[in-house]
This record gives sequence, C-alpha cells and structure tokens, in this order.
Amino acid sequence: MLLALAVALFAIGLLGVIVRRNVLVMLMCMELMLNGVNLSLVTFAQQTGTTVGAVLVFLTFVVATAEIALAIPIVLLLVRRKHTLDLSTYNELNG
Amino acid sequence: MLTLIVLLPLLGFALNGVLATRLGNTLWAPAGGTPADEHDHGHGHGPAVHLGHKLVALIGCGLPLLSFVLVLQMLGQLQTMGYAPIVETAYEWASVGDSRFEIAFYFDRLSAVMALIVTGVGSVIHVYSVGYMAHDRSFGRFFAYLNLFLFFMLLLVLGRSLLVLFVGWEGVGLASYLLIGFWFDDLANARAGKKAFVTNRIGDAGFLLGMFLLYQTLGTLDMDRINAAFAFTGSAAPAVGASLVGVLLFIGAMGKSAQIPLHVWLPDAMAGPTPVSALIHAATMVTAGVYLVARMSGIYMQAPEASMLIAWVGAGTAFFAASVALVQTDIKKVLAYSTLSQLGFMFIALGVGAYGVAIFHVVTHAFFKACLFLGAGSVIHALGGEQDVRKMGGLARRIPITFVTFAIATAAIAGLPPLAGFFSKDEILWFALASTRGGSVWLWGVATLTALMTAFYMFRLLWLTFIVPSHMEPKVEHHVHESPLSMTGVLMLLALLSSVGGFLHLPHFLQPLLPLPAVDPHLHHLEKPLIVLAVLVALAGLAAAVYVYGAPASRAQALQARFAGIHRWLSGKYFVDELYEAAIGRPLVWVSDRVFLRLGDRRLIDGALNGMAALGQRCAALLSRVQTGQLHLYAWLVLIGMIATVLWSWRHV
Repeated sequence: MLLALAVALFAIGLLGVIVRRNVLVMLMCMELMLNGVNLSLVTFAQQTGTTVGAVLVFLTFVVATAEIALAIPIVLLLVRRKHTLDLSTYNELNG
Repeated sequence: MLTLIVLLPLLGFALNGVLATRLGNTLWAPAGGTPADEHDHGHGHGPAVHLGHKLVALIGCGLPLLSFVLVLQMLGQLQTMGYAPIVETAYEWASVGDSRFEIAFYFDRLSAVMALIVTGVGSVIHVYSVGYMAHDRSFGRFFAYLNLFLFFMLLLVLGRSLLVLFVGWEGVGLASYLLIGFWFDDLANARAGKKAFVTNRIGDAGFLLGMFLLYQTLGTLDMDRINAAFAFTGSAAPAVGASLVGVLLFIGAMGKSAQIPLHVWLPDAMAGPTPVSALIHAATMVTAGVYLVARMSGIYMQAPEASMLIAWVGAGTAFFAASVALVQTDIKKVLAYSTLSQLGFMFIALGVGAYGVAIFHVVTHAFFKACLFLGAGSVIHALGGEQDVRKMGGLARRIPITFVTFAIATAAIAGLPPLAGFFSKDEILWFALASTRGGSVWLWGVATLTALMTAFYMFRLLWLTFIVPSHMEPKVEHHVHESPLSMTGVLMLLALLSSVGGFLHLPHFLQPLLPLPAVDPHLHHLEKPLIVLAVLVALAGLAAAVYVYGAPASRAQALQARFAGIHRWLSGKYFVDELYEAAIGRPLVWVSDRVFLRLGDRRLIDGALNGMAALGQRCAALLSRVQTGQLHLYAWLVLIGMIATVLWSWRHV
C-alpha cells in the first residue's frame, strides 16, 4: 500500500517535470519524486527490519536541501534575465 | 705557409665584413658617436664609414698583396726544391672508417701559376676598385666580398683534393652571386645573380657525380693520386671509364667556365660592378674550369672521346660568342662575349691535349681581359655610367691613358705580335691543327675564323668608343674626366703585362707537369707559314673594322641593312635565352603551377585535410540538431531511456 503511494508520488512528479513549463512547478515536482523515493526507502527498511534504508533517507534529505539551495538562486538569475519562468524560452544552448 | 696564403683574404673578409659594413656601424657608433660628430656627418651613415674608407682599402688591398708576396716566396721555395710538389695538411676534416678527408694544400708548377694570377691580378684589381668604388655607399661590403672571393679562389687552386677544390668552387660561385647582385636594389641585377647561381648548379651536379664516381672506384679524392692512378694502363687501370668521369667533370667546368650550353649566365653577370667583371668574370673564376681540366689531365689523357667533346664544345662556344660580339652595343657585353670566346679557345687547347698552352692563354687572357674590363670601367666612370658604345666616341683625346692601355689590350687580344695574346693564341691554333690528340683542319678552321672575328669586333669596339666622332650627349660630354691614379696606374701595369706577358713562355715551364702533345710530323713545315697567317688574320680583322667603322656611319648601317636577317639573329644572341625560356622555363612553370601547385598541393594535400575537416563538421551539424536547448525534450529523452533500460534489464536479468 505504502509502496503504491511511493510509486504514485514518483510518477506524478515525473509527469510534472515533463509536462509543466514553469520552473518552480518543475522544482516542486522534482521534490515530489524525491519524496516518493524516500517513502519507498522507509517502507523497505520497515519490511526488512533493517535501519540501512532509514539512514539513507537522511543522506537524501541533505542532498535535496543542498540542491534546492542551489536551484532557487539559479531560477532567480534566470528570471532576472528574461522576466519569465517559462523554461521553453531558455533555449540558448540549441545546436 | 700555404694555409696562411689562403687564410689572409679570409681575414680581410672577416675584418671588413664585420667592421666596415652596417653591422660595424652599429658596433662603432656608440663609441665614436659624439653629438658633434653626428652633426658633421649627418647623412645617414655614422663616423665609422668615413673613418673607415682608408682603413678598409688598406685591409682589402693589403692582405691580398701580402698573399701575393707569400706566393712568390713559395715559388722561390719550390724552385730551390727542384719543383717537387709541396704538400701541406692544414688539418684532418673527417675520418670515417678507413677514409680520411684532409684539408690539404698542394703547390706545384700549375698551382703556382694559378695562385700568382689570382693573387697578382686580384690585388691590382682591388687597388683599382679603391678608385672605382670610392663614391659607393657599400664600400666596405664590396671589399669584404672581393676578399671572400679571393679566399675561395685560392682554396680552389691550392686544394690538393677534389673536395677542397669543390668547396672553393662553390665558394667562388657564392662570391660571384653576391657581387653580381651587389647593387641588389635593382631587380635586374639580383635576377642576373640568381641566373648565374642556378646555371652553375647544373654544372655542379655533373661535377659531383664525377667526384662520387672517382671516390667509389679509387677511394681517394686527392688529385695527384687520381692522376697517378689513371696513368697506369693494363690490368692496374681503374675500373671506371675515363671518358665518363671526364665528361662528368667537364660538365662542371662548362658551368663555371660558361661553355655552351651553360653559357647564358656570363653575359648577364655583367650587371655587377666593373672590377667584379674583370676579376671574377674574366680573369680568374671563369678559368676555374680550364684549371680543373688541366689539373685532371691524367684522366683526359686516357679519354679521347671526352677530349674531343671538350675541343668541339670549346670551338662551338668560341665561334658562337665571337659572332654575337660582332653586333653588341653595350661595351661590357662585347667584352663578356669576348671572354666566352676566349674561354672557348682555352677549351680547344685542352681538348687537343695542349694543357700547358691552355694555362698560358689563361694567364695572358687574365692580363689583357682584366685590362680591357678595367679600361671599360674607366670609360664608364668617365661618362657617368653610360655603357652604350653608340653614345660614345672621340674619347681618345679626352682620356688618353685609358685609350692607350685599352688599345694595347685590344691589340693583344686580337693577336698582333709581339703582344701577349699573339703567342698564346698562335700556339692554340697550331695545336688545334697539328696535335696528334685530336687536332684537325676543321678545328683549326673554326678557330682561325673566330680569331678573325675577334680582331674585328675588338677593333670595332676600340673605334666606336675612342675614335669615331663623338655621339655623347652634351650633358655627359661636359664632365668627361680621366680616372684617378689608382685606376690608371693599374691600367698601365696591366697594359705592360699584356705587352710582355707573351714572353713568359709558360708551356715550357709547365712541360714537366703538363707535357705538350706530339705534333703530326707531316705538318711541321707549316708551322712558320701558319704564324704569318695568324698575324695576317689579325691584321685583316683590324683592316675590316677600320674600313667599316673608320668611315662615315652610313657604311656600317648599309652593312647592317644588307644582312638584316643575320644581324637580328646575332643581336638576339641566337635567341638561346628565349629557347631556354620556351623549352625549359615555361614547361617547368607550367608543371609547377598546374601539377604541383594546383593538383598536388591545393587539390590533393589541402583537399584531403579540408575534406576531413568538412566531414567532421557535417557530422557534427547533424548531431547538433538533437541539442535543441529545450529542457523538456531532454527530460523526455531521459524518461524514454529509463524505460528502455528497465525493459531491457527485465528481459535480460
């Protein structure tokens, strides 16, 4: 049951990243995916009766925090350049 | 001592080359360049140039003269030793396995004669140059080059092995190139220097091949040893055709001595300053080929075919050049073709085995041709650079010393007794007819006809320059003046030598080394009549020249109109340059341009590289389409990749 919830969270997050154009929404969806993974980790830890999974969750939290701390300033800089959050307008790197 | 003789001019080159050129100026200027000095000489050259003029002349003339004195002393030493060759090894240059290459000098009768001419005539021409080049900007550079030339020329005539000779051979070529293009800011001069250099390379290729062949079969390049090896006949004879080696070496001599078909560079070489024409392109360097053949006479004695080739090439060149000289209007060009013609005479003598006579003619020719060239230089000097004989005339009374010396040298080259040219030329004619080593009536006929033309064109030159009424432009005529003593003194000395040089009788002196060929006994009774005939031929040339040019100009013009076709051929120099241009120059340019440049370089090499680069670029362009810059596309691709991975691992794991 919890596993199914984790998969659902992950799938919704992935769909959001792919479909939405708004940077902030995409970041939020990525958090959703991350949380889906965390949930699955905890679930497995409980099922197997070990603590390894639970410990790994803390590691993921730290990484996620660092990631957001970097991502938000990047978004800020992007917005300063073009005054929009729409990612499809940022295509300067096309070949 | 021999080493010192050779090295003294090199020292002169080093001193003058470093201190008296622009390089020296920059070195000296900080030391002597006080502000007051610079104010005095504020024409672009520092005080060193003015200070140095006398010093440069002293170094440039003094060291060759010292060499000359040393050669004389060596000659005395040679005499006391009964003319046994003196060998002096300077040092061992390289030693590879059993082969040892030494820088060794060799002094015998032949080397002595050549070294005397080189240093003696060379020195007086140096002295002449002091006056001639006095107003030239590159005074120091000129003397540096002249001394460099003397160094290499002495290396050439004193070297024991062909290797040393070859170093000198190439070195005089270099000096010749530098001096022809001495006034290199005129493109034509630079081009003439290049032409001389390139033409000589063709001859040098033959020379090198001959050297390789000799070294391969004999294991030595020492010329005395080579001659000795070829003197053996029968089973001990070297396993190489003497004629093959002889022809190869002769190709080298053809280049240096400007024989047909490699003669084209010498007339153009007159672009250099006149003392250079006298020293390098008349008296010494161009006779190097004659010296080489005479020095290697041991080979040519065994090579009748090569000797015959030499005789006929010489005869051809003599006739060809004399006929061209008949119609030239540039005073130096006439003398240049005359030099070619006289070199042809020397080769006739070499071809019929009269090596000593050829060297005799080298010596007398050095005297009178140097005198003629320097006289021409004096005329050009007097006229402020005019070289066209049609714009001269009437100079006999204006510059009498030049006129008298020029006239003596003219009579000498024409073969009037008792001047120098008479003796040597007469002996050449005699051996061309009577030598048992290839003398023939035909050879003699061509040579005699050439002698007739020689007398004609030389007296024509004398008349046009000095005797006919003046055709000078008034501006030029105004400042005609006799040259300074340093020039006229040299002219008088050379004129004196041209008059008495014939009594040296060098063939007799060289007889032990270069024996004269046997004479056909049936022709013995002709010797005296032939001498008379030779004098008559010279007088006939003189008479014809006086008849045509001593009269009003209409007579020469009528003659020219009568033989317009021949005149065009002759004044076009038989169109040899044009032929070479069409037959060699243009095809080479075409091949270089079309095949090597456009096809090979641009299409094949550049094309392959550019093609590969273009291929990479095109592939990259194709792949870069994937990089749209749209983050969502990348996300989709990641998703597809993930799904594919999962599916794949599902199947396979």
